[in-house]
Amino acid sequence: MIFSIIVQAPPVQAQGAETALRFARAVLAAGHRIHRVFFYRDGVHNGTALTCTPQDENSIPAQWQALAAEHDLDLVVCIAAAVRRGLIDESEAGRYGHRHWNLADGFELSGLGQLVEACLTSDRVVTFGGRS
Amino acid sequence: MILHTLNQPPANAACFERCREAMSSDDTLLLIEDGVYWALPAFAARLESLSGRVKVLAADAAARGVDLPAAHCIDDQAFVALCVSHDKVVSWF
Repeated sequence: MIFSIIVQAPPVQAQGAETALRFARAVLAAGHRIHRVFFYRDGVHNGTALTCTPQDENSIPAQWQALAAEHDLDLVVCIAAAVRRGLIDESEAGRYGHRHWNLADGFELSGLGQLVEACLTSDRVVTFGGRS
Repeated sequence: MILHTLNQPPANAACFERCREAMSSDDTLLLIEDGVYWALPAFAARLESLSGRVKVLAADAAARGVDLPAAHCIDDQAFVALCVSHDKVVSWF
């Protein structure tokens, strides 16, 4: 079965991103496929390259990167939600006149069309929300 | 047949009530994250109408010290299986 996962929870403050990671691992362990992970609203912060995680804690962004590298996952960050929260890639930095950018490797900025396509392509779409 | 997930604690009762009102008789409710607190005995009456259709994510209950009968708790693999056995998943948060 084909799954897509929507992450609206930030990597800290709420548990949703961690739950989504656990769920993604369980989906893959069961032999299903993950078509896309779409990061939306405050969930875009999962894609930052600048997180500095205490040594006794697990970095959520790094875990997404590792999982994506291992299973060739498509990690898409909503571009409209991202740029207004200060999460940009090199291309957007050029567009907005910034000298720096912070989108982590393995993530890609794209539009809501990617979410629509994921919903059309996937058998199940599961959302992990921000408040908790 | 829909799987509903709820991650809000009893302090956000409005979220739970919206979820409960949206549920059909063959839907299932999975309590996750702070939503597992709804499984405490104090809230049993609120869950009465959903009898037999409420599951709790075991890791989240254990992390919060919510001690429940094993029959109500499911692991992450069973969460995925519920997603497969239901037509769609609706998340309340």
